[in-house]
Amino acid sequence: MKMRSLKFLPALLLLGVLGSCKPKDADVKTAIEEKIKSLPNVSGISVDVKDGVATLSGSSADDATKTQIENAIKDIKGVQSVADNITVTPPVVVPTSTNTPVAISADDVLTKGVADAVKDFPGVTAAVKDGVVSLTGSIKKTSLPTLFMALNALKPKKVENKLSLQ
Amino acid sequence: MALQDKYKELTDAATAAGVSNLQVKEQDNVLYVDGTAPTGAVKDQLWNIYGKLDPNFSSGDLVLNVNVAVDASVTKVKVTTDSSNLNIRKGPGTDQPIVGKAAHNEVITLVNKSNDQWWLVRTTDGSEGYAYAQYLTPQL
Repeated sequence: MKMRSLKFLPALLLLGVLGSCKPKDADVKTAIEEKIKSLPNVSGISVDVKDGVATLSGSSADDATKTQIENAIKDIKGVQSVADNITVTPPVVVPTSTNTPVAISADDVLTKGVADAVKDFPGVTAAVKDGVVSLTGSIKKTSLPTLFMALNALKPKKVENKLSLQ
Repeated sequence: MALQDKYKELTDAATAAGVSNLQVKEQDNVLYVDGTAPTGAVKDQLWNIYGKLDPNFSSGDLVLNVNVAVDASVTKVKVTTDSSNLNIRKGPGTDQPIVGKAAHNEVITLVNKSNDQWWLVRTTDGSEGYAYAQYLTPQL
């Protein structure tokens, strides 16, 4: 019995050596994670490796990114197959209104509108340049909101108030 | 973001008061608040808050453009000048010739308001022209 068991020893040793050549799942996982980290515009993807099968989870913005991740990791040593559980979640589209720049009236439109607005306030002088309305002179404190309501409705870039109040 | 904080009370009040199409944008250190207030009282309330947060509107960091929703069925407007008559002009602009006048507190006919600043009106004596919308208050 003793001799027989010894006879198998070299074979067992050989198996052990072969086994150690096969990358460990944990190492493969690390390699995949490194690879994913190096991909541009990819985040929020996690991976799990078991017996050489890499399971991807998380979400990507589109199918192209999903494929890109798959292709990038399938050739990594130790990856025998890829189970892609990544879900495609299109990015939330921010309403265009918040992306578009603020509409500012052209100077000629502003100049005309400002002239109309200040007409009833004889002490006020207004100048328009690059969308900025500059006010000089003086005005009654109680009239100030009325003038500002009219000016703000003209879509100026800003209103610079250097009026002195009576 | 600092400006949005400074005027948070204003934008919160606008939301609470049911201002529609409310848009708050910050660009080049100016905050732009646009929307349509359900009533003139709401617009006045927002301007009061503006005047409180930025006394005398001296900072030049907010453009508050909140107009008042006018029901499409409104056909009458009241002349709400301080005390004077309101000029009715041939076209939209103070550079246009005066074609008529409406008395302070007079109620006249609103023809259309395709221009935000200048509404087309018809006086009781039948003359038609443009009047500065700020001095016109819709009558229900």
